[in-house]
Amino acid sequence: MASNILEMRGISKEFPGVKALSDVELHVRDGEIHAICGENGAGKSTLMKVLSGVYPHGTYTGEIHYGGEEAKFGSINDSEEAGIVIIHQELALVPHLTVAENIFLGNETKGRLGLIDWNEANKRALDLMEQVGLHENPVTPVGQLGVGKQQLIEIAKALSKDVKLLILDEPTAALNDSDSEHLLGLLRTLKERGITSIMISHKLNEIEEIADRTTIIRDGESIETIDMSEPESTQDRIIRGMVGRDLEHRYPERIDHSIGEELFRVEDWTVHHPTQPDRVVVDGASFNVRAGEVVGIAGLMGAGRTELAMSIFGGTYGRGISGKVFKRGEEIKTRSVSEAIHHGIAYATEDRKKYGLNLIEDIRRNISAAALFKLTKSGFVNGNEELKVAEEYRSSMNIKTPSVLQLAGNLSGGNQQKVVLSKWMYTDADVLILDEPTRGIDVGAKYEIYTIVNKLAAQGKAVVIISSELPELMGTCDRIYTLAFGRITGCLDVAEATPESLMTLMTQERNAASREGADAEETH
Amino acid sequence: MTGIANVRELLTRNLRQSGIYIAFVAIVALFAILTDGKLLGPTNLTNIVLQYSYILVLAIGMVIVIIGGHIDLSVGSVVALAGATAAVVMIKQGQPWWVGVLAALAVGLLAGAWQGFWVAFVGIPAFITTLAGMLLFRGLTFRVLDNISLSPVPAEYANIATGFQNGLFGGNGYDVFTLVIFAIAVAGYVFSEIRKRRAAIAYKQTVGATPLFITKLVIVAAVVMWFAWQLANYRGLPNVLIILAVLVLVYTVVTTRTVFGRHVYAIGGNLTAATLSGVKVKWVNFGIMLNMGLLAGVAGVVYSARSNGAQPSAGEMFELDAIAASFIGGAAVTGGVGRVTGAIVGGLIMAIMTNGMQLLGYEQSIQNIVKGLVLLLAVAFDVWNKRRAGAR
Repeated sequence: MASNILEMRGISKEFPGVKALSDVELHVRDGEIHAICGENGAGKSTLMKVLSGVYPHGTYTGEIHYGGEEAKFGSINDSEEAGIVIIHQELALVPHLTVAENIFLGNETKGRLGLIDWNEANKRALDLMEQVGLHENPVTPVGQLGVGKQQLIEIAKALSKDVKLLILDEPTAALNDSDSEHLLGLLRTLKERGITSIMISHKLNEIEEIADRTTIIRDGESIETIDMSEPESTQDRIIRGMVGRDLEHRYPERIDHSIGEELFRVEDWTVHHPTQPDRVVVDGASFNVRAGEVVGIAGLMGAGRTELAMSIFGGTYGRGISGKVFKRGEEIKTRSVSEAIHHGIAYATEDRKKYGLNLIEDIRRNISAAALFKLTKSGFVNGNEELKVAEEYRSSMNIKTPSVLQLAGNLSGGNQQKVVLSKWMYTDADVLILDEPTRGIDVGAKYEIYTIVNKLAAQGKAVVIISSELPELMGTCDRIYTLAFGRITGCLDVAEATPESLMTLMTQERNAASREGADAEETH
Repeated sequence: MTGIANVRELLTRNLRQSGIYIAFVAIVALFAILTDGKLLGPTNLTNIVLQYSYILVLAIGMVIVIIGGHIDLSVGSVVALAGATAAVVMIKQGQPWWVGVLAALAVGLLAGAWQGFWVAFVGIPAFITTLAGMLLFRGLTFRVLDNISLSPVPAEYANIATGFQNGLFGGNGYDVFTLVIFAIAVAGYVFSEIRKRRAAIAYKQTVGATPLFITKLVIVAAVVMWFAWQLANYRGLPNVLIILAVLVLVYTVVTTRTVFGRHVYAIGGNLTAATLSGVKVKWVNFGIMLNMGLLAGVAGVVYSARSNGAQPSAGEMFELDAIAASFIGGAAVTGGVGRVTGAIVGGLIMAIMTNGMQLLGYEQSIQNIVKGLVLLLAVAFDVWNKRRAGAR
């Protein structure tokens, strides 16, 4: 049995008024892939910050033993010195610098006269890129590469620092399936080379596939560490540990399930790229949603899902937009966001932090942001009424916060998403387009979001869910459209849909011309 | 959720906002002691109001610009151009004083619309647009004035900045009228605070404890009435103070209670989120710059009235004072955060420091060094405060 490379013993960390970690134990064996699971806000990130020295020694209690000795990291530099590298969910690369420049950023090898020999650096970069399976030119600016490749660059960067313990925070959250597969394969390769990995993830399939052991954290406490090779170590067991209860169904049952007349229809929708006018991003897409129906749009990254939604929602993406939008059989125009809102259309973005919320504003004002007109009399906002509305949504949506005057930025992902949904529900929208509504949020909160979706449908609203997780679509939708390379390639009733049939449609190409355009997108 | 918040909670809940008031009190106390109380004497207090009113007017517009995530470097030049136009209209063309005022305000609005067009509809960053405007409007000022100063302005016009409202109820060694006006203002303030509190309780919100609330009202009333007493013991109520009070009141309401104000905060906080929430970003940005132009026009009137004429180099560096006032008053460098009252207090901190150092006979060079350091520390405090909040 291998020895432990890392032992975190009895780690407790308090913030004013909050006990973030209490007596956490994390024991990681040399050379294993160790997963950490827990709901958002359970304390995973805090634990990793303690480990990497972001919270220096002395600000927490407990002991860290690393490589057999007690470690007292005073800063992130100390931990990197010791071979611990953390790769955050939000990648820390500089988009305008090249791959090689990014790999050696802060770690530049200086040649004669203290100048950097870029030929040498690029050569070394190429070697590191080879190790992570990245086949690009080292002088390509990082901003031109997709998220998946950027992740690989982060790992190459870690390798350049002689990493011994690699920590990945939700490494595949923003990756498509093939990129995720590649990344997981890479972790296995690194394991063979003796590099230990700690991986924080919400994707239980992945954990089951790759992790040797899994530590579950709940409410700042370590619940258990399970050996994944044991037969009873199933996804259900992990979920049980994470939420502290049995989650019989991951998708709530639809109670009132009556589908009415057609509420929303899009016909022959075509969108061009905003800066490359020749490139067709969405090509003649048509779809409809009926009252009380939940419709999914399944598509791989770059298929044009978000582009389709945003171009409908006030033309916030693209140019050269053509096509028709109908609501209850009548054609409507959605040329601006306020026009779309006025017609009862809502769009919750896939990136709530960047595009969905004003993080430095409180929950109350985020909720009212899109429907201020409802609170306004002759130009004046009724602040008291606004607070009342916010309180109502806090309780009806179960937003977990001490006060609606808290800044939105202080909430966990699931609660932020509830704020976003509250905001759009308050606009009285009856067509809700939800783009990746459960991305980066934990199992328990996901369940709550699905419940809200069901409730919206039961109220007779039309809900469109864009998602890259097929089980999610199959668990929540009535019908699923598939989008491939900008075109709608099919529409399946959920009863007849299988992951395989959907995936076949999602990868269906029309002809060589569209493949070319799609390749440009996909190679990113 | 009806609850009672205690003092500690009120203070710590928003260190950024409460910190500025504490700093203000400390600076006033410091200079009051250093100058043996001269700082707070009737004459000096009146002078501070007269001397810094136009900076405070600019600060009101500037803090809105900054909340929206922009900056305006051109306000000094706009002040000069507005004042110059008013002077030319009145002195060279013999128009009455009110035509001069209207001309100055029109120039301010035009300048604001010009910059608003470039910022909002063409998408040039405000930093560049207003840097260009700074040169452009300064150049135009020289053209309008033919490179020379113009004076004097009509007495009515000068009266805007140098006149007083007094003597209506007779003087008894002090001006009763000033005291009455301030008493009415205090009564209005107390009334509106009580109404706000009642509404808050009706809506089941957390409110401060009653003794605390009363203490706050009594302190504010006492300080304001003492200030009125000092003014009344000199020459009464300055006209500019009335202008300033109206502007502060109007713009506090605009920023906190109108849709426009809320949209400004939304844009500064997260531009994309605001766009995707249906905020008409371009028009709001245009409005921000237009409003700044208007207030620069007002400041132009006040400044030219006070200096009894127009000079080609009037208003130089005013933009920096206004920007500094906003940041000292708690506006965030990245936009989305700030308050009109904060900017006013920030401006007053600058005013008290400058005035105090003048009373103590410090040279201009020392004054600049101190003001520069205070600005730096104020923003450093903001950054530190944010990091503290972020680390949680």
